Amino acid sequence: MGYCMNHSDNVSSRLISSSSILTPSKSYLSKPKSVGFFFYSKKPKTQSSSSSLNLRSWLPLLPPTVLRNQVNLVRSELGISATNNDSTNGGVFNKQTAGKRTDIKKILILGAGPIVIGQACEFDYSGTQACKALKEEGYEVVLINSNPATIMTDPELADRTYITPMTPELVEQVLEQERPDALLPTMGGQTALNLAVALAERGALEKYGVELIGAKLDAIKKAEDRDLFKQAMKNIGIKTPPSGIGTTLDECIGIANSIGEFPLIIRPAFTLGGTGGGIAYNIEEFESICKSGLAASLTTQVLVEKSLLGWKEYELEVMRDLADNVVIICSIENIDAMGVHTGDSITVAPAQTLTDKEYQRLRDYSIAIIREIGVECGGSNVQFAVNPKDGEVMVIEMNPRVSRSSALASKATGFPIAKMAAKLSVGYSLDQIPNDITKKTPASFEPSIDYVVTKIPRFAFEKFPGSEPILTTQMKSVGESMAVKELDWDWEQLRYSLRVPNPDRIHAIYAAMKRGMKVDDIHELSYIDKWFLTQLKELVDVEQYLLAQSLSHLTKDDFYEVKRREFEANTPYMYSSYDFECESAPTQRKKVLILGGGPNRIGQGIEFDYCCCHTSFALQKAGYETIMMNSNPETVSTDYDTSDRLYFEPLTVEDVLNIIDLERPDGIIVQFGGQTPLKLALPIQHYLDKYKPLCASGTGYVSIWGTSPDSIDAAEDRERFNAILKELEIEQPKGGIAKSEADALAIAADIGYPVVVRPSYVLGGRGMEIVYSDDKLVTYLENAVKVDPERPVLVDKYLSDAIEIDVDALADSHGNVVIGGIMEHIEQAGVHSGDSACMLPTKTVSSSCLETIRSWTTKLAKRLNVCGLMNCQYAITASGEVFLLEANPRASRTVPFVSKAIGQPLAKYASLVMSGKSLHDLCFTKEVIPQHVSVKEAVLPFEKFQGCDVFLGPEMRSTGEVMGIDFVFAIAFAKAQIAAGQKLPLSGTVFLSLNDLTKPQLATIAQAFLGLGFRIVSTSGTAHVLELEGIPVERVLKMHEGRPHAGDMIANGQIQLMVITSSGDTLDQKDGRKLRRMALSYKIPIITTVAWSFG
Amino acid sequence: MATKALDYAVRSPSLSAGFASKSPKARVFTVRCSSAPLSTDRAAIGLAERPWKVADARLVLEDGSIWRAKSFGASGTQVGELVFNTSLTGYQEILTDPSYAGQFVLMTNPHIGNTGVNFDDEESRQCFLAGLVIRSLSISTSNWRCTKTLDDYLAERNIMGIYDVDTRAITRRLRQDGSLIGVLSTEEFKTDEELLEMSRSWDIVGVDLISGVSCKAPYEWVDKTDSEWDFISSGRDGDTFHVIAYDFGIKHNILRRLASYGCKITVVPSKWPASETLKMKPDGVIFSNGPGDPSAVPYAVETVKEIIGKIPVFGICMGHQLLGQALGGQTFKMKFGHHGGNHPVRNLRSNCVEISAQNHNYAVDPASLPKGVEVTHINLNDGSCAGLSFPQLKLMSLQYHPEASPGPHDSDPAFGEFMQLMKQEKQNA
Repeated sequence: MGYCMNHSDNVSSRLISSSSILTPSKSYLSKPKSVGFFFYSKKPKTQSSSSSLNLRSWLPLLPPTVLRNQVNLVRSELGISATNNDSTNGGVFNKQTAGKRTDIKKILILGAGPIVIGQACEFDYSGTQACKALKEEGYEVVLINSNPATIMTDPELADRTYITPMTPELVEQVLEQERPDALLPTMGGQTALNLAVALAERGALEKYGVELIGAKLDAIKKAEDRDLFKQAMKNIGIKTPPSGIGTTLDECIGIANSIGEFPLIIRPAFTLGGTGGGIAYNIEEFESICKSGLAASLTTQVLVEKSLLGWKEYELEVMRDLADNVVIICSIENIDAMGVHTGDSITVAPAQTLTDKEYQRLRDYSIAIIREIGVECGGSNVQFAVNPKDGEVMVIEMNPRVSRSSALASKATGFPIAKMAAKLSVGYSLDQIPNDITKKTPASFEPSIDYVVTKIPRFAFEKFPGSEPILTTQMKSVGESMAVKELDWDWEQLRYSLRVPNPDRIHAIYAAMKRGMKVDDIHELSYIDKWFLTQLKELVDVEQYLLAQSLSHLTKDDFYEVKRREFEANTPYMYSSYDFECESAPTQRKKVLILGGGPNRIGQGIEFDYCCCHTSFALQKAGYETIMMNSNPETVSTDYDTSDRLYFEPLTVEDVLNIIDLERPDGIIVQFGGQTPLKLALPIQHYLDKYKPLCASGTGYVSIWGTSPDSIDAAEDRERFNAILKELEIEQPKGGIAKSEADALAIAADIGYPVVVRPSYVLGGRGMEIVYSDDKLVTYLENAVKVDPERPVLVDKYLSDAIEIDVDALADSHGNVVIGGIMEHIEQAGVHSGDSACMLPTKTVSSSCLETIRSWTTKLAKRLNVCGLMNCQYAITASGEVFLLEANPRASRTVPFVSKAIGQPLAKYASLVMSGKSLHDLCFTKEVIPQHVSVKEAVLPFEKFQGCDVFLGPEMRSTGEVMGIDFVFAIAFAKAQIAAGQKLPLSGTVFLSLNDLTKPQLATIAQAFLGLGFRIVSTSGTAHVLELEGIPVERVLKMHEGRPHAGDMIANGQIQLMVITSSGDTLDQKDGRKLRRMALSYKIPIITTVAWSFG
Repeated sequence: MATKALDYAVRSPSLSAGFASKSPKARVFTVRCSSAPLSTDRAAIGLAERPWKVADARLVLEDGSIWRAKSFGASGTQVGELVFNTSLTGYQEILTDPSYAGQFVLMTNPHIGNTGVNFDDEESRQCFLAGLVIRSLSISTSNWRCTKTLDDYLAERNIMGIYDVDTRAITRRLRQDGSLIGVLSTEEFKTDEELLEMSRSWDIVGVDLISGVSCKAPYEWVDKTDSEWDFISSGRDGDTFHVIAYDFGIKHNILRRLASYGCKITVVPSKWPASETLKMKPDGVIFSNGPGDPSAVPYAVETVKEIIGKIPVFGICMGHQLLGQALGGQTFKMKFGHHGGNHPVRNLRSNCVEISAQNHNYAVDPASLPKGVEVTHINLNDGSCAGLSFPQLKLMSLQYHPEASPGPHDSDPAFGEFMQLMKQEKQNA
């Protein structure tokens, strides 16, 4: 992918046979017996003698003679008598040659668990690479990950995969059962690293004789523990910002006083994406951030640091091997200055505003740091701040693992960092691994690139009302890629937007430039380096010039100039196709173009990337050349070996059509990438209808495979869809399409409250809300969604207490339909299906309802001529009536979960069906109902968005999911909960506060808790109901009623579990919100839906 | 400065003589001393004008390809050998590296000029290269040390530059076909054919470029690497050594590093007699880097021959090639050479990989070397010889640049080894 300028002219290749230089490991393979003593023995007996953990560094102790022979071999080939220098340089270069380890056979890899903000699918990418790399080397690979929506948990990847919660207790069980020789913790982000530390500290690694590879315990601690890190930096003479470590609020305030000035940065230790951290500009803010930081930190430890606001921020990706070779893979410069989390910054690789002396200084520092911290092998990421006024350098932090930046660096340079890190961890040295891209040169080089890569984060503030859209040191972006929009600004807003980092700042810059604001002034406000601003200014100038000219006045040269500029900007991506030597030479083979999902966002996550990858693998196997088009660098689909060809392009109509023209594939697949490519289906179809391009393989016209865009549209267009359902006699909740406020009120009056309102054509239920009265409906239409004939609003009856059902089905072009899985939601209908926990098979649904669902799904799939996957959502009311809520003729979020639950690769089948195969050909003709119960639970990012309420509603808010499997539902459910990070208490005090709608169930719930030995605490309303039922309850004041109130109890640790449902009273709502936020910061599990507590 | 550059280009007798004698087809190139600085303040132009410059230069290569581009720095017509450099940083060091004399340097990194130029990053007293070919010229600078824009700097030094040219396409051509001779011109009246003819009748092989860049009289060097830029390095033990450095186009950083390691340095011109050097009884001799073909400077090989075995010597780049020849080995021209800051080299003694800065078009064929000479370093990209040692004759050499600047500092300990070599010699004496 990366076009690395590595020379390979074989001027004197005859001098050195490549095998002896590049793969000396071969000669070592037979040697391990002589060194067995030094290796870790699996028998606990030999362990008992060593008191410390088995973390001593591994010495591939090769007899020196081997080394010497090796060197002699080279020298004699050179025709030079071997004058042995061992005596002269023995002291200086007393290093051992590394090689592949043969003493370890079985390796356990820790995944990253669910996708959360700060830890996205880049770790699926790294874990997948690690699995592949280690299996390639012949190791037995065992994988633990609780996230089913990942490629790495696919059956083919690891030898054995445990979809189990990532807690020390449960992982220890796996260790006991599997007895791996080694544990690789550096591929699963902070989750895996923390888990490894926990396992080591509880003695589990020692007990089962497991060696940590990749990063040793000491190194992890040195890098992650703020105090140790500062000390280490002091040892090697590298500056860190003035700071102190506090473990209590008082200590933190003391440190703040000694630093003496605001703003201050608060960074909790051992967290990911800076959770719980932030910038404080005054003492009040400082105290509140410190509190949440202390709560978030695994070690109740926060670093209070002088803010280097306005300093330039750089990152270097470093790799080191066991032979102590160190290379820098990539330098990254953040456009946003210090103060914005690097995951939220727009970043550019390579660094643009450093001279050689300055860059080399950072390089020297990085190498010194990785050595001092003691990361023996693998990749690390080091962050620096540089004062733009005098070049003073300070090191901010280092991550001793594969990170988000390394995924970007990998894609930017073509150097597969995760894969290399995996190989290094089993003993290879960098020069022993051939570079995958060039094949000719070893991996021990520093990529040089002749293009610039820019990463733009994707934000989701619109999903979290109430939280302030301000970027700080805590990461808030959910995905990466490119988004452009134009906004109207007034001057005040503009200045504010430039000064305060926020997701729209880049647009504010654009607006300011258009109004003639000077680069210097923008720099003053934003601290963004003038170099970047000038680059942006140039684009604005060109745009303004072109806008000022009428089209006819533009000369051919002008056009050429602008277009060429545009082309230049695109070249890196174009060129970064897999086959870099023939830069864009499409083949004549039978081929398929797969459109990916673009940036991750809430409602469109890793699940779709999973489907895209499977499609690519399946069709490659079926003999097609696969072409992937996607713009998200964190994904497996954009890995260099996933598809035959890769286009790193934004998913826009123009770009897709360009590639269609260039490649002329046999088929185009749009239904696996979620809503983004699906929206492109119709324009692509129009284009294909109009121009009828022949496919390059010469066997007909280019076409969209699978369900036709027209059918997709039929399912999306409410009016067409209603007509079809009527024809098929499928029931749906009463409702209508409102084109005005009056319409909406009329419909609501007709069907009765509560109603679900939402804009048509939505992703992840955006803007969807449940309303209970006329004035709420009016408020909604006034504030949330503008209604007009162009953008109608859907108003549907809300089915209270209904059970929601998700169905994934597969249909072929011959009219066969097979149900993939029927899932029962654990939350009642109304909670977005992406946020809701669900189980497979269903538990409470009657067989007659299931039959209705099966027959409707089949009927609908046939009527829509679905070819591939279809997802339907149903609601079943308490009285047993079935309603169809929604149907999407495409891959859904649940496909990976269903595939793993039933053990059938649905995405793979779907892609083969789309290539023309029938379900019979695939031997998938019957619905599979597994014996075990699988539970999927969503993971929510509320703790990252301060000030936002933690309720679930029809708008999807989760960023990831986890899975629990067992033969008993309750255990499967508990596993999923644990995996999702909920620590469900087994005893203690439960705080109950239910609204009137749900109060009828109160008694049952309360009894259940009492039965489990919980004490119950409630506020007045709920307590009253309970007292009437004769259930013992302790009363506590609401927050607006005076003190001590419920909040105080939370703060004092007197409450272990909370069950709260939303309430209509305004005061209560405010209270409820505060309580939920507090619970969040004190990490108390909250249950906000009644259905849950029954679980 | 500008007149000096002109001196070098047009009047320098040894240079023209060199061309005339070695290559009958050679043609003396001309440089006009005018410059058209690119406007850096685009806002001042107003939006009615095109916010970009129109192509006003051509690069004509001997393979017949013609590349339209925009000029900066000096204007005129210039002939030279086109090589590409893969360094991501350090264009100022490259511009002032005398080893590039007679060459156009094409930077593969697209954005050049971002940090302007500054006082500290000079590697010699002037720019010797023929011209600079880049993708994108920065329209602004961003660096606290910056004192001047790249455009103004090149204009002052009378060096031609072009930008907005498809450097990637040219690089691919160079990788495929090897280095090419080219002509860079801003002169509209010259036809493409004329320029093509000019490129085809010029040659760099066998030309003595060293005498054009070497100092004319000996001088002392005292500057160490500035403390701000000095990096952690071991092996300095306080001894002072007197070193004579032969200036074949020496980079200042070699001198700074030696000074930092505690050397007292006398720099001497390339034609400084060996007998004079021996008379000065130095502790060691450095044969520096320099431009062009080692076979074109037989006098330098003779000097080396007279010195080796008597005093510890260290050859760098050109110095390494001269040592190779002096030992009886052969040098040959590589297809497109090594130019960049990312070359992996295996140090066969430590078995470590060093990432190195390289800049050479010629290499020593180790098979042609006599018994006893040890290959100590090899380039891992192509297996070529990157370092030699001959303990018997107290000599060591590296084909690449341990002094970096630009480039990584991985090989800096080589200077320490040279100190050890001198120390041993002193102890034995």
